[in-house]
Amino acid sequence: MEQKLVALSGNEAVAYAFKQAKPHVAAAFPITPQTEMMHKYAEFVANGESTTEMILVESEHSAMSAAVGSAAAGARTFTATSSAGFALMWEVVYIAASLRLPICMGMVNRALSGNINIHCDHSDSMGGRDAGWIHLFSENAQEAYDNGIMAWRIAEHMDVRLPAMVNYDGFIISHTADALKMLPDDAAYDFIGKYKHAYTLLDPENPITVGPLDLTDYYFEHKASQLAAYDKVPGVVQKVSEEFGAMTGRTYDFCEEYKMDDAEMVMVILGSSAGTAKDVIDEYREKGVKVGLLKIRMFRPFPVEYIAGKLAGRKAVAILDRSAVFGGQGGPVFIEIRSAMYGQQVPLFNYIYGLGGRDFDLHQVETVINDLQKVAAGEEPKQISLLGIRS
Amino acid sequence: MAGQMVEIRWHARGGQGAKTAAMFLAESVLDKGKFGQGFPEYGPERRGAPMRGYTRISDTPVRRHCMIEHPGIVIVLDPSLLDSPAAGVTAGTGKDTVFLVNTTETPAFIRKKLGVDGATVHTVDATGIALDAIGRPIPNMPMIGALLAVNDMMTVDDLNASLVKQLGSKFSQKVIEGNVAAVERANKELVSE
Repeated sequence: MEQKLVALSGNEAVAYAFKQAKPHVAAAFPITPQTEMMHKYAEFVANGESTTEMILVESEHSAMSAAVGSAAAGARTFTATSSAGFALMWEVVYIAASLRLPICMGMVNRALSGNINIHCDHSDSMGGRDAGWIHLFSENAQEAYDNGIMAWRIAEHMDVRLPAMVNYDGFIISHTADALKMLPDDAAYDFIGKYKHAYTLLDPENPITVGPLDLTDYYFEHKASQLAAYDKVPGVVQKVSEEFGAMTGRTYDFCEEYKMDDAEMVMVILGSSAGTAKDVIDEYREKGVKVGLLKIRMFRPFPVEYIAGKLAGRKAVAILDRSAVFGGQGGPVFIEIRSAMYGQQVPLFNYIYGLGGRDFDLHQVETVINDLQKVAAGEEPKQISLLGIRS
Repeated sequence: MAGQMVEIRWHARGGQGAKTAAMFLAESVLDKGKFGQGFPEYGPERRGAPMRGYTRISDTPVRRHCMIEHPGIVIVLDPSLLDSPAAGVTAGTGKDTVFLVNTTETPAFIRKKLGVDGATVHTVDATGIALDAIGRPIPNMPMIGALLAVNDMMTVDDLNASLVKQLGSKFSQKVIEGNVAAVERANKELVSE
């Protein structure tokens, strides 16, 4: 298939991907911390390139509320947010998932206040990791675009019907022009498919109730059905990713493995930092150091067995978290992986890095690989360290 | 393994078009079979405040997403930044760094002012050229024209084709033609010693 090579910012890439799904409705708060993603989308609508109805509201809480109303009415719906905007949506983020509404959301990962910061870390989406959404992470503009296409198919699958967020790193990806290949509009829409609703509020012949009072009698059963739906996500993600790979030549799974076949030491990472790590891993590989990378693409649902299988038998594993858990045992990725690895004798250790956009540079990758070598040689790892902190 | 990569750092003041230039250049080289990455350093966004932009050009896809620590080429759009230690024009540079400065001064004068003995310094009056050709003191495109006199990532014709393709829908024919003329002049009027 002919794919157009372009240079776009991550925001533009996701805006195009969402436009290609021909959503009926976009609900958004139009002021910061909203990003250029919605700005670009509003341009499409203003220029007549998209027929999406834009609902501009007075807060992110209202944005997600409007998205919930729209999706419950039976419309293909999306929104986008970032940082404190996501925090303000909080209550309704849970409702979207509880009502099984396949809303898609562009999530530009940026730090939370305070102090005031506009730059990248994963504190925003990580705070919502237990809300029942599907979380896909992107290394670059290409992956943000590709996830932006696949998210619809995954979220709207009749076995799933859950909201999905496409995470991409604030500024590092969202505002960086990167080369990527885009699908023609027709091919993208054919892949995503015409929207089918499971239920609609607007069908008087088949009236339904959405979001009623649900107390000690049935609330628990409804949560059980939500949990069961979540279990269907991994299979759908794999199937959709395989189809996407056959069409585009770009393959995706729960994770990307980089030089993992014979790796004795492994770095686990999310997002844009993976690309920087790959460049340094290549340098160490030339010196004969057997180090590899496991980049997590699907953080929710967390692919427990898959990741435990990939890390089994390694001599040392370093897990990098771009967010902190106050009072917890390491960052969210570390907590998940250590739990997934329960019973295995693989030395694991954790770095918290890059908070508030602190540059994840080549030296930090070197530090990680040097530490991995020490641990692989038998040294006891420090469980949790801060990487790239000023001394 | 990363292929041959050119790393460029742009120094400018908000409003001079460094963000546009850094990202525009990254897109322009795609037609030459190269890969580009362009990004500004975000901080307080004010017209006139010092800012930096970055561009990477490579024969293979650019994977790293860190800041550029040791730029191969430093492009200064605003000569007043040479007096500002906070702007950090010489940070991370060495004898192999090529400086390209928008100024009416000579390369020897700039080299001394920056204290970069042994580094290659080129100068061009990009603001003057922009005023003549475009009618506004926006030196970004002429500086790319000057850059192509010291690096063969693409030709001036390629750049001008890209200008029409990328900016044709955003600006008037007159502005595009002015930029094309400015690019060509700056490419020829670059002073090297």
